[in-house]
Amino acid sequence: MLSTKPSRAAEKLPGRPPWILVLPALAGLAFLVLPLAGLLIRAPWSTIGTRLAEPQVLEALRLSLVTATLATALCLLLGVPLAWLLARVSFRGARLVRALVTVPLVLPPVVGGVALLLVLGRRGLVGGWLYDTFGISLPFTTAGVVLAETFVAMPFLVISVEGALRAADLRYEEAAATLGATRWTIFRRVTLPLVAPGIAAGAILCWARALGEFGATITFAGNFPGRTQTMPLAVYLALETDPEAAIVLSLVLLVVSVLVLAALRDRWVNTT
Amino acid sequence: MSGVTGLDARLVVRRGAFDLDLELRAEPGEVVALLGPNGAGKSTALRALAGLVPLHDGHLRVDGTDLSRLPPERRGIGMVFQDYLLFPHLSALENVAFGPRSQGTRKREARRRAAEWLAHVGLADHADARPRALSGGQAQRVALARALAVRPRLLLLDEPLAALDAHTRLEIRAALRRHLAGFDGAAVLVTHDPLDAMVLADRLVVLESGRLVQEGPPAEVARRPRTDYVARLVGLNLYRGHAAAGTVLIDDGAIKLDTVDRLEGQVFLAFAPSSVALYRSRPDGSPRNLWQARVEAIERQGDRVRVRLEGPPLAAAADVTPGAVAELGLVEGSVIWAAVKATETHVYPA
Repeated sequence: MLSTKPSRAAEKLPGRPPWILVLPALAGLAFLVLPLAGLLIRAPWSTIGTRLAEPQVLEALRLSLVTATLATALCLLLGVPLAWLLARVSFRGARLVRALVTVPLVLPPVVGGVALLLVLGRRGLVGGWLYDTFGISLPFTTAGVVLAETFVAMPFLVISVEGALRAADLRYEEAAATLGATRWTIFRRVTLPLVAPGIAAGAILCWARALGEFGATITFAGNFPGRTQTMPLAVYLALETDPEAAIVLSLVLLVVSVLVLAALRDRWVNTT
Repeated sequence: MSGVTGLDARLVVRRGAFDLDLELRAEPGEVVALLGPNGAGKSTALRALAGLVPLHDGHLRVDGTDLSRLPPERRGIGMVFQDYLLFPHLSALENVAFGPRSQGTRKREARRRAAEWLAHVGLADHADARPRALSGGQAQRVALARALAVRPRLLLLDEPLAALDAHTRLEIRAALRRHLAGFDGAAVLVTHDPLDAMVLADRLVVLESGRLVQEGPPAEVARRPRTDYVARLVGLNLYRGHAAAGTVLIDDGAIKLDTVDRLEGQVFLAFAPSSVALYRSRPDGSPRNLWQARVEAIERQGDRVRVRLEGPPLAAAADVTPGAVAELGLVEGSVIWAAVKATETHVYPA
């Protein structure tokens, strides 16, 4: 990386950049940075300690961290094998499957929530059977929050891991095969360790997406404090009754986001 | 057929315009080198043996056992890959133990065996090193130990010396030769370097465009090349021609060369570039194989200079000293006289 920098700098044209590009660029930067600055400026710094200690805030924070972590675990459990399937097994309709996997990326989360309700709701296609047979009802429960977050976050993990799998040198897997390893052993002892950085990055991204999930959660799981009210929901609700609380909650989410960015720094920010 | 020991295979692989059809045999303890230009199908043949590309036709038996339908992990074939492909996240010891572990050996026993193999290749004190910390030569020895640790009946080596620099190559080649000599199964080695093949192999199999074009002991192949590729590899000028009464009429060239061999019919005629003499003007004296040629290229090769002479009548390479180049005033495009003594030519049946 370092060695390419001098040559790259040398490629830049000398002279003043044209204002017609610089002005909108600066405006764009301001547009991205100012709201965050506003958040910091308007934060009730004097009372922030006591506000953060309020049980409702702590409850929402705890719920958010727990559900986002569970959703990430679920994404890893299902998403890594799915990514492996897409990257390593050629089958008919692979392109369609890949397209379907990415649908939740572009789908408005509210629509995702509605879709989850239709399938997993008490009268849904699968949910009805679950309720009738086992008495399990997923909507408006913490488990429902985890499912909603998993639904919107899994594509991030699948795409990241599939990319890592495709970039990994297949010949290591061939070498393992000639040494007598079965495909499961190869996956466990060769493939996974080789793509571990990609999985970690995908998991962090996935976790951040799950943590910020709003639309699908409120649609599928509702907004019950202590049960389904995660941080983003709490922020939205607080904004109507107690704007200062909303600011404090937002700050917490901002700090978490910055930490995530820091964790991913080496992977993405430096590659540009 | 099932009583045959060692490797007995006919490999047929078709892939687009390329097709490979190669019969290959190797006795237990024998090292066969697959030699050929890039794209000849050497690596494909090796991968087909290992089960990494499917056979379209043919057969594959090792010590009488049919392996052609088995996946790679059940063939019991050891393979040393071109860049060694040591697992970067495992130590040298764990790399070597990987095979025995995959075959179901208990962890402790697998590690004990791996340690033995590492000691065998002289790397006992590098057991904990990650591949990244190993030199090219060390990595190659770990890769060899890893392949041998599965106790294969057939060992495959894909360009085992190509990734090494010239300095370590000699030493590693000598070590590899010792290890191959100690291996009691059949071994197939792919290389494009004739010297590696000559030093390491008991028999050469030369492959061009997916077909066997020549095979035999290294000395025999070196003395009697049968294709232009092999002739270039072993550094000889090679021609096809028709022999009659001690002379050979070269195909595609209006020249007759005197020889000392008494053969009749289609023959190959070979002579070394060093036996070609160059003259500025037509030399006097005894009748000899003499022709006029234009200098096509002049290349420095070590302490000699290789002069390429354009045909017709005879495209040839000549090796002369730098002093001779100066004396003859050779430049590209010069027209000179070239001669080869009849005693320097070697004729054998085509």
